[in-house]
Amino acid sequence: MRLDLIPRARRSPWLDALTPVLAFALAVLIGGIAVSALGVAPSQAFLTYFVAPLSEVWSIQEVALKAAPLALIATGLAFCYRAGLWNIGAEGQYVVGGLAGGIVAIAAHGMEGFSLWVLPAMLVAGTLAGLAYAMIPALLKVRLGVSEILTSLMLVYVAQLLLDYMVRGPLRDPKGYNFPQSVGFDSFARLPYLMEGESLHAGVLVAALALALAALVLARTLFGFEVRLVGTSPRAARFAGFSQARLTLAVFAISGGAAGLAGILEVAGRIGQLQPEISPGYGFTAIIVAFLGRLSPPGILIAAFVIALTTIGGENAQIDLKLPLDLTRAFQGLLLGLVLGADVIARCHVRLVPGGQAARPEV
Amino acid sequence: MTLDIVQMVLVTVLTAATPLILAGIGELVTERAGVLNLGVEGMMVLGAAAGFAVAMQTGSTGLGALGGAGAGVLLAALFGVLTVGLAANQVASGLALTILGLGLSGLVGASYVGMKREPAPHLALPGLTDLPGIGHLFFGQDAFVYAALVLVVAVWWFLGRTRAGLTLRAVGDDHTATHALGVKVRKVRFLAVLFGGACAGLAGAYLSLAYTPFWAPAMTAGRGWIALALVVFASWRPFRVAAGALLFGGATVLQLHAQAAGLGLPGQLLSAMPYLATILALVLLSLGRRRGGSPGPAALGQVFTPSR
Repeated sequence: MRLDLIPRARRSPWLDALTPVLAFALAVLIGGIAVSALGVAPSQAFLTYFVAPLSEVWSIQEVALKAAPLALIATGLAFCYRAGLWNIGAEGQYVVGGLAGGIVAIAAHGMEGFSLWVLPAMLVAGTLAGLAYAMIPALLKVRLGVSEILTSLMLVYVAQLLLDYMVRGPLRDPKGYNFPQSVGFDSFARLPYLMEGESLHAGVLVAALALALAALVLARTLFGFEVRLVGTSPRAARFAGFSQARLTLAVFAISGGAAGLAGILEVAGRIGQLQPEISPGYGFTAIIVAFLGRLSPPGILIAAFVIALTTIGGENAQIDLKLPLDLTRAFQGLLLGLVLGADVIARCHVRLVPGGQAARPEV
Repeated sequence: MTLDIVQMVLVTVLTAATPLILAGIGELVTERAGVLNLGVEGMMVLGAAAGFAVAMQTGSTGLGALGGAGAGVLLAALFGVLTVGLAANQVASGLALTILGLGLSGLVGASYVGMKREPAPHLALPGLTDLPGIGHLFFGQDAFVYAALVLVVAVWWFLGRTRAGLTLRAVGDDHTATHALGVKVRKVRFLAVLFGGACAGLAGAYLSLAYTPFWAPAMTAGRGWIALALVVFASWRPFRVAAGALLFGGATVLQLHAQAAGLGLPGQLLSAMPYLATILALVLLSLGRRRGGSPGPAALGQVFTPSR
């Protein structure tokens, strides 16, 4: 018995769209088995995870609020991954972005007079900080050939510790009873709510705008073409005279900037102050979202909603069904694995050949 | 007296280095076969949870260690099916493995949070273990430590001195050529991946059975990633992995002592040291490599689909 993979001459768009759905269905199936092993009826769990979050206005808003940073970070990462570069430190870039933007808000705290500049300045600071932080692995890669995978990941831990230090030290609210948190941001440093009395804030719009821009750049510009070409055919890209170093810096800048922006949007939106934890792992979950969405902005948007849905569903399931949160994480990891595996069906004809003999080409 | 203090420090360095040696040596074999498995952290943390769970259920540290290694093998098998069998992207699959491993370890370990057990027994040889200055260092460790050291020598011997090791290295350097010679490339790679998983799982089990000894969620704290960096740092040589792990173990111990001594540095900076040191080590290494060092296995990270 042997497994033969024969590359398809051309990829079918149908299969490309279908395989993530297939992987998702398989993951849900395995998840159902796991859930029943934990003593909960799979149908009930399915309702809690995938249907209940969409049944009420407030929980739909929660899904959108979670999907926005995921989609934003994942789109940035898609530029990297398409170009065959592995920024896996988006979580750190997100944290640094939130921290830098938060510092602007804290510096402007209690300010009187004209304050309209504060919020834009926060967003710019957050984006630039994320970008700059992503430049560390990018420059080390370009100048010294250091693996960007390991450096970008190591910098996540460093960023989290930096934030921890800042909110326990220099940025701690002096009137905060020694709690490790900054002052609450003034209203001019908060993203406005979109509807009176609801939780959806303007950050979702900023994220949507950035997403649309990224989709445009990737699909319609020379730079976007360059990114796609380097990923699919590095040799052709070299002949075309595209500079690998310049591209590396550019895609890291985009992904770092997007993650930084997502960080400050979360801090200026939902949280409203700096605290030791400002991310429930968005930077890592976004990696799943990027692949689930097949590294294309429209796909990523859908994937972000699906993953956000399971995350909210997971929180509900923890309360309602006493199902552990780790189940959601395991599900997401499994899903990513299955998506990557299912991708083979889109790329190749998969054949199981009996006996030890290789299949002969039918030419 | 001072000799005893030196010994005490060296013992802690060795114990801090052991999980890195175990996980690093496994990943080294995997990478020498041309497969980059970034899921070390996931296999390690699942090994820690499963190892502790099995040990609590059976009351046996040995079975716990086996359980940890087994859990690592299971996760590695999934990775092998994806990357070796289905030619999926190795980097992304490794990340999936890490996320999956973290989630599963939480599920497996949930009911064991807060429980403690006796640490793995240490060797006690009458006469030898009590030798002043060196007794505890050489004759008073637990089985994991000795296993790690034996493993390093065994892997060195296997890779450099046996035919099978030569085949494995050839697969990692040029899968097309070895395939043409009739070597079963995917089988070799799959086995190498499984070996890496067993070692990572064992490293995790060491953490929860001997090092701490209890289970806490995400207790590996990035050690799997540091082990990955260590393999690069060691230029894919077994003894250098051990040496690098001891250096890192030393840095960890130094950090703990500095924290205790209260040098006025923020604790967060000291906690960030292992990660910053990893980056620094990689930078220094690549500076050195410019003047001619050994690069990694030539086919590392490349997927292989056999030609018909």
